[in-house]
Formats: sequence, structure tokens, C-alpha cells
Amino acid sequence: MKQIALAIILFWTCSLIYKILIGFDSSIMEVDEILVVPNLTYWFGKDDFGRDIYLRLVDGFINSFQIILCVTLITSISGIFIGVLSGYLGGRLDQVIKFVTTLFMSFPGILLAIAFAAILSPGKLNLIIALSIGGWVGYARLARAQTLLVKEQDFVKASQIMGSSKSRTVFRHILPALSTPMIVEATYAVAGLIIAEASLSFLGLGLQAPEASLGGMMRDSVRYLLASPHYAIFVGASIMSMVFAINFFGDFLHKFWGIKDD
Amino acid sequence: MLKLLLTSVCQIFGIFFITFLILHLIPGDPVLVMMGESASLADQEKLRSELGLDKSIVEQMTNAISQLAQGNFGTSILTNMPIKPQLFDAINNTYALASLALSIAIIFGFIGGILAAKYQGSYIDRCIINASLFFISIPHFFLGPLLILMMSIYLGWLPVSGMEGKYAIILPALTLALGMLAIIIKMTRNSMLEIINSDVVRTARAKGLGELAITLHHMFRLVLIPLITIIGMQFGSLLSGAVITETLFSWDGLGKLLVTSIQTRDYPVTQACILIIATSFVFINFLTEVAYRFLDPRMRH
Repeated sequence: MKQIALAIILFWTCSLIYKILIGFDSSIMEVDEILVVPNLTYWFGKDDFGRDIYLRLVDGFINSFQIILCVTLITSISGIFIGVLSGYLGGRLDQVIKFVTTLFMSFPGILLAIAFAAILSPGKLNLIIALSIGGWVGYARLARAQTLLVKEQDFVKASQIMGSSKSRTVFRHILPALSTPMIVEATYAVAGLIIAEASLSFLGLGLQAPEASLGGMMRDSVRYLLASPHYAIFVGASIMSMVFAINFFGDFLHKFWGIKDD
Repeated sequence: MLKLLLTSVCQIFGIFFITFLILHLIPGDPVLVMMGESASLADQEKLRSELGLDKSIVEQMTNAISQLAQGNFGTSILTNMPIKPQLFDAINNTYALASLALSIAIIFGFIGGILAAKYQGSYIDRCIINASLFFISIPHFFLGPLLILMMSIYLGWLPVSGMEGKYAIILPALTLALGMLAIIIKMTRNSMLEIINSDVVRTARAKGLGELAITLHHMFRLVLIPLITIIGMQFGSLLSGAVITETLFSWDGLGKLLVTSIQTRDYPVTQACILIIATSFVFINFLTEVAYRFLDPRMRH
């Protein structure tokens, strides 16, 4: 398992480096090579416009990761801020935040994203907004639970007795203690976001036609399922391999840092 | 219990509020967004008054609530017909699909999980574990095409998509079920392994009960409790999976209605679909919580 996950990560990292260092244009169309099956020159074959599927997938991943990076930054920072605030201060604020998180938890995340993607016109920025709206809840819950745990530990109490201020306690003691579980949570969240972003594009609510998107390619490929199954298989397997590798990496970090589940 | 009911009611109101705001959150004029820039002014005014957008927000809100209380979901902009019959057809179709998927997942999930735990470490166990790992990480939009390729195109057993014939439901239901099945297997196996070495099971063995009686009567009942929560939580992914699966297989359910209404900018239909999906989600969460308390006496206090 470990070797497979490593190989997948290595393969896509090399593809990314190739794109950055040498660069390529994935939108070159060859009319006489429409839906060519995989061969040595075109590893994954060609799509319905005669574009190289492999190169397009790399561009799709880059687009996807740009969106996911923004979403993860927005959701993790706001989630941790809300969670720590509610866990550390407690009281009425905590009650309100707890209620709002339950309210959000009662709504399937992807449905919320679909609803917002429906209101906003499709595009990168709006996709980021749609995916961010429900994403902070997971971070907030975890940050709150961890803050409550850390707050009661002796070294935090000792530093408080020595007169450290609230902000010093939060920045010097609570946030460092939070960092490892949050990174693990973020890793799993990224894997989920790849599927969520691809799902939205699959439904036609994500990035639009000329831009390469994983879900958009999946959607196009299903139309040619009968004639050229390689298109759907390679696109689907690539998305799945990425999700698998990231989840595996998350499991590895989880074990490596010895994080206990609640 | 009362607190739980109150939270659920609050959640439904919250969802109603969000879906209501959808019409008002559209950047720019919703009427222009719906009809396009080229619509005539008279048409725009007509739609505006039909949607009630010329009134104040509070007035619109109370109006919407009273309409909903009478079971009126409004009229579709596209067909100019009441949404209700269309919506109820979609609910029926999704209900059929989801209940079949849930049945497949629960029945085979339990059998697989119990088998894997009983023969822990054996060849069967490893097969089941690896298969479930595969199905957990496969997204719906890839599993669907794979199943079509295998079952319809390669083997030719089942129709590719659509709703004709009684076998048409099998592929979309399988697509929905397999991911959930894998999670149920994993959870059943884990909780079975905990229970296998517990006092209850040892006592039952000491009493001289047969292996089958112990598995079904003692272990299964204990496994059921944590699994109810898992199944309740999975319902959300079942509904969101239905959106993808129904679009993929052209199954005329709530998910497909939702996506089509978004594409045709038929906002009242979008609103009604989201409201129904979210309300059923809250309802299932509530039922899960009640069942959990009912089954596990320790939870009642």
C-alpha cells in the first residue's frame, strides 16, 4: 500500500514539476486524433477534441489545487479562530457557536456548496466561496475540543499563574498544541475537497468549458463511455488515485504524530 | 428529548431561511438573471409580481411561510405549473432509489462485517477489507461509469441509464450503495472485534450457547447500536450522492430535478428541492437520535 501511495504522489509531483519547469499547452487540438486510445506518445490517450488527456489532467489538478489551497486557508484559519475562541472563552459565546455548528452540521456540505454555486455564477472565485461556506465547521469543532483539552493541562495553568495574558496563552501554548491535529484534519479535508470540487464541476457548476477541470473532464468522458471507455477510466482513476494517496498520507501523519481520536 | 425536538425545529427554520434567502442573494436583479437581459419590461414586471419580489422582505417571508404551511411550493418559472406534483414524483423516485441502496448497504454490510470479524486475519477478512477500502475511496462519478462499463456494455445485463423496465434501478442503486456498504462493513467489523472479547460473549459461551446464537442474539444486538449512528450519518452522503448518481443515470429524482432547475435557472424549483432534501436530512438525524436513545438505555440519562 505504502509503495503504491508513494508512487502515485511521485508521479503527479513529477508531472507538476514538468509543467512548471518546461511547461506545455494542454489545449492543443488535433482533429485527426480524436479519442485516440492510450499509446506510448499519449499515455492516457486523447479526448473528444483531440487533446492529450494526461496533460489536461495535470492542468485540471493545478486548477483544482489552486481552488483547494484557497478554500483550505480560508476554512482552517476561520475555523481555528472560531473554535479556539469558543473553547477558550466558554460561556454564552460558546453556546452560540455550538448551536451554529450544529446547524451547519445538519446540512450536507456538498448540498450547501451546490446551493451557493447555483446562486453565484460559475467561476473560480465563486467556487472557492461555495466550498468554503460549510468547510470551517469541521476545523471549528476539532479546535474547540482540543482547546478544552489543552486548557486544563498543568503547563498552561502554570503559565497562567505566572501571569501570562490570554493572548500569550493562546499563541504560545494552545495554538502550537493544536497544530498537528489540524494538519491531519486539513489533509483529510483536501482529499474530500478534491471530490467535492470535481462533483460540482461534474454537475456543471464548477469551472467552465475551456478551462481544464477534473469534474468537467469526467462529465465529458461519460458521453463517450460506449465508444472510448479509456477517457472515463483514465480520468476517474487519476482522481481516485490522488484522493487515495492524500488519504493515505493523512493516515500516515495521524499515526506518526500519535494523535488520539475522540 | 424536548431539547432535541426544539433543535430540529430550529434547524428546519434555519434551512428555510437559507433557501428563502437564495432568491435574495442572487447578485443583481433575480428577475434579470432568470429571464435574461433581453426580456421586455412588461414581462419583467409580471415575473416580479408573480414572485412577490415587489413587496417588502418581511411580507415575502410571512407569505412564503403561510404558502408552505398550506403545502404550496409555488409555481415553476419554466413550465408555469405548480411545483408540487413534479416534486412529489421526484421524491417518490429518489425514495425508491435511496431505500434500495440503503437495504443493499445494510444487509451486505452486516454480513460482510460479521464474516470479516469472525474470520479475523484470514483470507476472507483480507479480501473484504481490501474491497471495502477500494469502495470507500471511489467517488460516485467514477463508480457509476465503471459499473455501466462492466454491467451494461461488457456483460450486457442491465440498461445503461433511464427509467424504463424494472431492472433500470439496479445500477444507480448499486452506485449509491457500494460506498456506504464499505463504511458499514468497516464499522461492523471494528465493533464486532471489540465485542468478541467482551464479558457478554464469554458468559454466553460459558452457558453453552451455539456459535450462531451468540453471533445473532448477543453480538449483533450490541453491534447495532453504534451502527445506527453511522447509518444516520451516512444518510447525508446518500442524498448528496443521489444528486450525482441521478444526473449520471438520468433517474428522475430530487437530485436530477435540483441540477436541472439550476441549469434552467428555475429558482422556485431549486428552492423547493433544497428545502425538501435538507428537511429530510434533519428528520433522519432526529430519528437516529431517538432510535439511539431507545435502543441503548445508557443514553437515556
